[in-house]
Amino acid sequence: MRLQISHETVYRFDPPMRGVVQSHRMTPSQFEGQQVIHWSIDVAGAERGASFRDGAGDWIKTVSLLGPVSEVRVMVQGVVETRDLSGVLRGHRETVPPDAYLRPTEATQPEVVVRALAEQALADAEEGALARAHALAGAVADAIDYRPGETAAGTTAAEALTLGRGVCQDHTHALLAVARVSDIPARYVTGYLESGADGGAHEASHAWAELFVDGIGWIGFDAANRCCPDERYVRLGSGHDAQGAAPIRGVADGLGVEAMTIDVSVTPETQSQSQSQSQTQQ
Amino acid sequence: MYEGDGVRSPYGGLLEWSRDMPAELRSLKQSEAEALFRRIGITFAVYGEGGSPDRLIPFDMFPRVFAADEWARLERGVKQRARALNAFLCDVYGRGEIVRAGRIPARLVYRNEAYETAVCGFVPPKGVYSHIVGVDLVRTAADEFFVLEDNCRTPSGVSYMLENREIMMRMFPALFQENRIAPVENYPSLLRRTLASVAPAKCEGEPRVVILTPGHFNSAYYEHSFLADMMGVELVEGADLFVEGDFCWMRTTEGPKRVDVIYRRIDDAFIDPLCFRQDSMLGVPGLMNVYRSGGVSICSAPGAGVADDKAIYTYVPEMIRFYLGEAPILKNVPTWQCAKDDDCRYVLENLAELVVKEVHGSGGYGMLIGPQADAATLALFAAKIREKPWNYIAQPTLALSTCPTFVESGVAPRHVDLRPYCLVGETIELVPGGLTRVALTEGSLVVNSSQGGGVKDTWVMAE
Amino acid sequence: MLSRTAGHLFWIARYIERAETNARLLEVGARNALIPNIGGGFRNDWESVLQTSGGAQGFAEKYGDVVQRNVETWLFFDRDNPSSVASCIHSAREGGRVVRTALTTQVWDAVNSAFQDMQEFARTERSSLSVSDLTDWTLRTTALIRGSALNTQLRNDGYDFTNIGHYIERADSTARLLDVKYYVLLPNVAYVGSGLDNYQWRTLLRAMSSNRAFNWAYGGEISPAKIVDFLVLNRACPRSLMSAAEGAAEHLDRLARSYGRSTEAQTRVRDMVGNLSEVQVQDIFDEGLHEFLGRFMGDLAALGGDVQRIYLSGETR
Repeated sequence: MRLQISHETVYRFDPPMRGVVQSHRMTPSQFEGQQVIHWSIDVAGAERGASFRDGAGDWIKTVSLLGPVSEVRVMVQGVVETRDLSGVLRGHRETVPPDAYLRPTEATQPEVVVRALAEQALADAEEGALARAHALAGAVADAIDYRPGETAAGTTAAEALTLGRGVCQDHTHALLAVARVSDIPARYVTGYLESGADGGAHEASHAWAELFVDGIGWIGFDAANRCCPDERYVRLGSGHDAQGAAPIRGVADGLGVEAMTIDVSVTPETQSQSQSQSQTQQ
Repeated sequence: MYEGDGVRSPYGGLLEWSRDMPAELRSLKQSEAEALFRRIGITFAVYGEGGSPDRLIPFDMFPRVFAADEWARLERGVKQRARALNAFLCDVYGRGEIVRAGRIPARLVYRNEAYETAVCGFVPPKGVYSHIVGVDLVRTAADEFFVLEDNCRTPSGVSYMLENREIMMRMFPALFQENRIAPVENYPSLLRRTLASVAPAKCEGEPRVVILTPGHFNSAYYEHSFLADMMGVELVEGADLFVEGDFCWMRTTEGPKRVDVIYRRIDDAFIDPLCFRQDSMLGVPGLMNVYRSGGVSICSAPGAGVADDKAIYTYVPEMIRFYLGEAPILKNVPTWQCAKDDDCRYVLENLAELVVKEVHGSGGYGMLIGPQADAATLALFAAKIREKPWNYIAQPTLALSTCPTFVESGVAPRHVDLRPYCLVGETIELVPGGLTRVALTEGSLVVNSSQGGGVKDTWVMAE
Repeated sequence: MLSRTAGHLFWIARYIERAETNARLLEVGARNALIPNIGGGFRNDWESVLQTSGGAQGFAEKYGDVVQRNVETWLFFDRDNPSSVASCIHSAREGGRVVRTALTTQVWDAVNSAFQDMQEFARTERSSLSVSDLTDWTLRTTALIRGSALNTQLRNDGYDFTNIGHYIERADSTARLLDVKYYVLLPNVAYVGSGLDNYQWRTLLRAMSSNRAFNWAYGGEISPAKIVDFLVLNRACPRSLMSAAEGAAEHLDRLARSYGRSTEAQTRVRDMVGNLSEVQVQDIFDEGLHEFLGRFMGDLAALGGDVQRIYLSGETR
């Protein structure tokens, strides 16, 4: 499938800042499931800086802006040819050992509710690593209803599980937490999802989990959509949790108040009408 | 360093010197030394123990002495260890051969909190992760040394090594004329050369080196500014640096100046809010990206701490055999991990003979010295260990060597340890000396300054 | 050099000079309080001192009525007053600790000892400390710090920033002291040339340690014209606006030479020196001394702003 992506993130600062530095993890991963036809990241007025491929295989770019900065507009545009690999991250080059993804983070602490869910899910699971991973993803999907607006960026896995509601970030954190307590390496993945006209209202800017299954490798699990990533997904990068995997990490120097708006659209290139989603965050 | 009834030969003349010193002169010299320490402003905090910034660490004027051949062996041992630790770091952030070979459990390394995935797959200049390795040693017999722990991040205390020597030379010049004592004064220039030798490939011309400090409220600030001064490099705070383009720059009165090598005295977590702790105000946003793309060197490399963890420590002799194909020259103290059932059982059964430490403890706090503890204390510790076994390790009580030390009644033996500072860059260097800490209380084995410990000058006799 | 280091050196010098100014103000106030009540009376004198020090509002909020003892506390000891001698010494020492490696042992010793003495004063019974002792101590201490810097510091850019800070603060101080006399202190123009007027002029000169220097330079009767000539235009007077402006100009020029770049700061200070060279005492009186001083202090603040922006902020490219 050929997907066209347009992703604009705008930060506004009032009063303006002395300077802004951002680290971008926004270039599609290189693996057999996707091929970049073209891709560009533009930040008006910014100095381009250090770029490199990190140990997890992600392409990282740095940009900096000299003050006074009242606005940073990050414009990502591109076309990616995708293939359904049933979630398997085949042919992805990376050096971080899978065991390094067993360590919990603040957002994925192995609290009681996490342990309980993991035990319960695995008690009914069939034999084999792959079956165990599916059982955990299914359990998380059952435990958290998709409900935007009830959780925040800082919500932890345990909090979302207790609440029983959340968005893709919460599903993913919960799946990481239950996988790690079950000794399965797991990581947070960000990317895009083409969910079509009838595909439900899930975010075009999306997140899911990857679990390491011995004998196969890293496999994606999108608990929010009860599936494994297929040709509708574009993978950008990964991390230990949402903060570590964030497509944009930035620091602005100054006392200004930040406001951010995002506009993302993911459309099959053949299709003319676009599915778009906006959100404003203050 | 007593041997049988007398002291070992390198001490020969010094005993006479101390015996011949009139009591008044001794107390005069002692207060002179204190005045000097106070004047230069060197303060209590050593090894990040904290404590009052205005208190002086007690200085014992009786030097600790090594004969040339003793030191030569020790030097080989320390350098061997520093090489192996760096080889280990290169390996576990690369292919992980030692783990694949089953010589160290994967989990111990990769699940370790100090293991930084942010440097996976990156080879720092010259393949060095830990540029200053501080090895804490104790001696148990004439040619037997045990390593208590390794410090691969940013070992502190080297300013004491240099200031102790400075003060001894100022107060007792005659001693230095009569004895051939190997100099340590070139440590700062060696350190500078070491740091310059690991400048990134993109560096043009003479590398610009800086020391990055958390600021003047930090307990080791004196040492940071002392080293900057002695090396002739800028002492910077995070806010003095910024990232632009492919490089890291320093804010100066003449505009931005490129920085090539950062000797950082702040922890990994605070280096770069875009990579580690987002709330860090001490670091430089974007620094890790510049580092990974070869625009700047960070010493020690982020993630170097995985090599000096108490759990990894047990495997250092294994590293030496694995990477260097050599037999370890310095011994490890046998260590029981209470987290392991068998070890825990052994520890509980033999508590009265063992030293018990908290895994992440430091400064000599929360420690049990079995042979010196009463029944109630032993019982208390047994309960603690049963409650949180993973929090404790145990080691045998070593028959620590002693060194003549000035005490109220004259000169008496006191227990000592030693931290030499090994520099690893293009070459590997060890200045002949180190920081000797001494337990000033009779019979005490605790050398930490927060627990009544002091410091001494450390002499290595020239051949 | 690091902008932050330069900033600390600049400000250490300013704090030391400011401590001295406040001690001098304290002396002016105490002396004026000794003469009979004319016009506004004692309270008025102290109020004008507070006005000059720039801390009248802070004082009023903390103490309310202007009482001599409270003013003394405010100007010397009070850490709530950022310009008090104690605050200045404290700030200078904090800065010194941060840039310890940029100071010689002698300078650090002098700053650190001043701080230790100040701690000691704070523990001493107030009644055993006289205003003149405190003033003397301050003048002696600040002279020691300044002298140590002149004698021992490396003549690099750090030395220039120290001196630029020193001269800017000194110019500001002299302008303020002069302004308090002419505009604030003398309640009524009718007193010009009176005995009170002369007494106040003498006090002012004494406070600037310039009483005898003035006699040597001008001799005889005091007149406003002579005083203004001495404290504004005379290059021989170490505290004159001209001397301070030339001092700042000299060190800014040195910086421009060693950095190979001249900036707005150099242009501005040269204009200031140029203006002072052309002006006559009569011009100043024609404009009005208060107005003239106000304009000068405005230029000075702008110069301080230039130095901050160009050299100390770290934003220069």
